[in-house]
Amino acid sequence: MSGVSALSSASDLSAVWLTFRLAVVTTAILLVIATPLAWWLARTGSRWRAPVIALVALPVVLPPTVLGFYLLVAMGPNGPIGALTRFLGAGLLPFTFAGLVVGSTIYSLPFVVQPLQVAFSGIGRRPLEAAATLGAGPWDRFFNVALPLARPGYVLAAALGFAHTVGEFGVVLMIGGNIPGRTRTAAVQIYDHVEALRYGQAHALAGGLIAFSFLTVLLLVAADQRRRPRS
Amino acid sequence: MSGERQPLRARVRVAREGFTLDVDLELPGRGVTAVQGPSGSGKTTLLRAIAGLERAPGARIEASGQTWQDDGRGVWLPAHRRSLGYVFQEASLFTHLDVRGNLAFGQRRRRTLPSAAAGAVARAIDLLEIGPLLNRRTDTLSGGERQRVAIARALAAAPELLLLDEPLASLDQARKQEIMPLLERLHRELEIPVLYVSHAPEEIARLADHLVLLEQGRVLAQGPLAQVLSRLDVPGLAGQDAFVVLDAVVGARDASWNLLRVDFPGGHLWVRDEGAPSGQALRVRLLARDVSLAMQPPQATSIVNALPAIVRGIGPAAHPALALVSLRIGDDEAAGGSDLLAEVTRRSLDALGIQPGAAVWALVKSAALLA
Repeated sequence: MSGVSALSSASDLSAVWLTFRLAVVTTAILLVIATPLAWWLARTGSRWRAPVIALVALPVVLPPTVLGFYLLVAMGPNGPIGALTRFLGAGLLPFTFAGLVVGSTIYSLPFVVQPLQVAFSGIGRRPLEAAATLGAGPWDRFFNVALPLARPGYVLAAALGFAHTVGEFGVVLMIGGNIPGRTRTAAVQIYDHVEALRYGQAHALAGGLIAFSFLTVLLLVAADQRRRPRS
Repeated sequence: MSGERQPLRARVRVAREGFTLDVDLELPGRGVTAVQGPSGSGKTTLLRAIAGLERAPGARIEASGQTWQDDGRGVWLPAHRRSLGYVFQEASLFTHLDVRGNLAFGQRRRRTLPSAAAGAVARAIDLLEIGPLLNRRTDTLSGGERQRVAIARALAAAPELLLLDEPLASLDQARKQEIMPLLERLHRELEIPVLYVSHAPEEIARLADHLVLLEQGRVLAQGPLAQVLSRLDVPGLAGQDAFVVLDAVVGARDASWNLLRVDFPGGHLWVRDEGAPSGQALRVRLLARDVSLAMQPPQATSIVNALPAIVRGIGPAAHPALALVSLRIGDDEAAGGSDLLAEVTRRSLDALGIQPGAAVWALVKSAALLA
């Protein structure tokens, strides 16, 4: 990270820290949600498969502002999600960290589901059948055969989900507004810097994000390779 | 392992577009039953239904005295609750585990009593000779090694039924020769019933005790190997040279001429001495085309083996010029007898006036000793 003076800005640091927390929480939630979804998509012959695939893939083609707009409305006081969160006593989600997590989760869903779906499909039925003939029940087969065999898919899914969340802008701006320390992520902060013509600080933060994203993905891949020593 | 084994009963009907399987089998509770038939005859479907990997509606499957499926009574055990081992055509090892991990997978989940499973892993390692491979990753194994580990993995779970679906089909000839002696040992020592799907007459001749011939989803013939092989009304092992297999014992050796006498029910043959010890049980494979017929005891001939026989029947052979002749060797009740097949020209049959019931001499040109 170059430019110590630029990064000394406390608001930059807090934006980076917020982005990191958002990406970690979102990726964790995504891996949990996407696993059953990808498993189902990889194995089902249901006629609902195609519509569900299209729905999951929608954030890829939709302008983030469109997605963010509808989420804002839905999570607002008159929206269905807003009504639900208020009923549950959680208040309203827009302009909160929780709101950002919900938005990011939906926005990054396809980037996590698709690698997992490919990984599960690639395993095929045979290892699972072999496991069944060796006495493993359905859950046992999933956790002790399918999951370990799909590990490269999980690494890729986590890396993509993380990187994509770090880089999002439109959804965050729509749902989160731009509240320092609460919803101002690094991407939004860079936008602010550029708007105010603080190019030096924008450079430092943008460069830092590139380095940070690269390191994160590199760490994931390296960890995966260490666990499977190739001959 | 426990005492008397219950027979395996399987009544399976599967109807799919363009394919039906309709079989009703009762197989002995011990020994290897080979299932043979052309592609698409339903061999794999049968195995998968028995294993519970595929649900055949209306099927009834009983193994080791337990009902695995009886749709009439609403009984259905999923595959993981049936005490069986299954070896697929490709080894299907778990690539995220090493060889030891693959063996432990089934061992930890075995469905038999601990007493019955004691030593199953050690025995499987010994039988398949995979001791040196235990710490290897599965993707560093050769095709033959992989299949040996797959068989050992199935046995490590101490199953009460072993299903092998063309376990050697994906291997080249050299690898097959490497595994065959291990399978023969398995055959001698294993106390559980084994269903062995195979196309290869060589494998069936060496390993099978019983034979089920399938064709288009139906059982063409089933019974003890020698009995099914010597039948004239079924086209033997589809498209192959007809042969019979005799269970024999090394009786004597003629050291001066390097010959070995192998005794089988009803007679004996002199074969090349390859060093089998006296008293050893082995199998003799006799091709029908290596057996000729004569009306008189042959004299002044180089053929060593001439056996008196009674013609039991005459049936079609692969070519219209030829006929298969079923022969009975040794009719003495006490000593028992054996069935042979001879392939001769129809013109010879006519010229010699050979009819069912005729007394003839079977001239055996060559016989192959199987372990």
